[in-house]
Amino acid sequence: MKTPRRSFLQQLAFGLMAGAVLSQPLVARADVLDNIHKNGVVRIAIPQDFPPFGSLGPDLKLRGYDIDMANLVGQELGVKVELIPVTSTNRIPYLTTGKADLVISSLGKNAERAKVIDFSAPYVPFVKSVFGPEDAKIAGPADLTGKVVGVTRGSTEDLSLTKLAPAGTIIKRYEDNNATISSYLTGQVQLVTLGNIVANSVNAMTKLRRLSAKFPVEDTPCYIGVAKGEPALLAKMNEIVAKAKADGRLNEFSLRWLQSPLPKNL
Amino acid sequence: MAYQFDFPAVFDYTDALVTGAGVTLGLTLVGALLGGALGTLGGVVRAWRIHPLDWAFRLYVEVIRNTPFLVQLLFIFFGLPSLGVQINEWQASILTMVVNLGAYTTEIIRAGIEATPRGQIEAAQSLAMNRWQTFRHVVLRPSLQRVWPALSSQVIIVMLGSAVCSQIATEDLTFAANFIQSRNFRAFETYLVVTFLYFLLALLTRQLLNWVGRRFVAPRRPCSPEVR
Repeated sequence: MKTPRRSFLQQLAFGLMAGAVLSQPLVARADVLDNIHKNGVVRIAIPQDFPPFGSLGPDLKLRGYDIDMANLVGQELGVKVELIPVTSTNRIPYLTTGKADLVISSLGKNAERAKVIDFSAPYVPFVKSVFGPEDAKIAGPADLTGKVVGVTRGSTEDLSLTKLAPAGTIIKRYEDNNATISSYLTGQVQLVTLGNIVANSVNAMTKLRRLSAKFPVEDTPCYIGVAKGEPALLAKMNEIVAKAKADGRLNEFSLRWLQSPLPKNL
Repeated sequence: MAYQFDFPAVFDYTDALVTGAGVTLGLTLVGALLGGALGTLGGVVRAWRIHPLDWAFRLYVEVIRNTPFLVQLLFIFFGLPSLGVQINEWQASILTMVVNLGAYTTEIIRAGIEATPRGQIEAAQSLAMNRWQTFRHVVLRPSLQRVWPALSSQVIIVMLGSAVCSQIATEDLTFAANFIQSRNFRAFETYLVVTFLYFLLALLTRQLLNWVGRRFVAPRRPCSPEVR
């Protein structure tokens, strides 16, 4: 059987078309901000299982700090918002493969992540602190000497606390967050190290023993993630965060979802 | 991708491992002594049906032998403070081990005592031994001889079970393992080393109990089966 041979010109045409198709995403992604305006929609990766940042409410609609933040960004850009639920492991791949324009998903910053994506200015604090009874006089790490402090073993706050605490501190390391919380509620430890947001929800759920914040051991706020090489979009995000911070909208979110005002130093 | 083994990463924490092994051994020794004493009392009470303690021990044995060690531990550590009983993790660990071992040894020793032939007690009485002498030489000591291997095994079971005490931040061998693993992320190496250490501890405990058995429990003058 004879196969018809393609002429040189035909082959050239195929090659050019293939090249055009392959280069298409690159061309399209050259300026995400332009594309957002052209399509009239911004695709934002958000959490769906991490209250109070993003979770399903009783009406099965997404709600939380990050959801409010995503809507605020859409409003400022003057386009519709398409929410893309992601998990903490796939949120960065969504951004790097162009499946999302922005990541607003309680995203913390570290050196490894900074190699693959860019970060806006922080839009929400995520502080881990030492907590204790209202009347405990603990102003800083030095006051921990001789005190019994509970913490969840192997967590980032465990590593930070271990570094900060003076030699005489008695650190009790529990298996998980629940055991750490129980150790404090039942009086097995004098102080405990937890995320501020976790402590707030514990205070909201039980009156057994109040958790009152003493001093922060770790401050890793969350940022809006932007793909590398998008200076226009990054600048726009920084502008939106600064504006929302100045006009009190971020403070409003913070009061609504974290039950505390936005810290001044964010 | 081939896994690169890194055992020195574990041996950086030798201090933690040695301390942890010491704590596990200490918990076991104290737990075995007090638990053994409690179990002996319980065994006698149960075998001779001494009222009303008999009923109390029966309930105690049934409750402890039919609930998990971990739940008993969590109840004592996190539950009792609600009743105003505030004890630290050491006390909670030892108390749980004593209570747990006491229940099992009660049954083991009861079995040993109930196997005492009636004729031996009668023989003791005919030799004008008083009640205490009869109990000590004719009932208890031969009973312990009969059940010594079972008692030894139970002590080792409780020692291995004490691994769960790490859940309430008792810094035993398992706590050391989890701690090291959360710092160097070398799960395979860490747990392999700790498995080996537990094995050594169990062998050591068995040797110790065998020695105690030969020295204090076995007959003073061993006699051959023909004579017995």
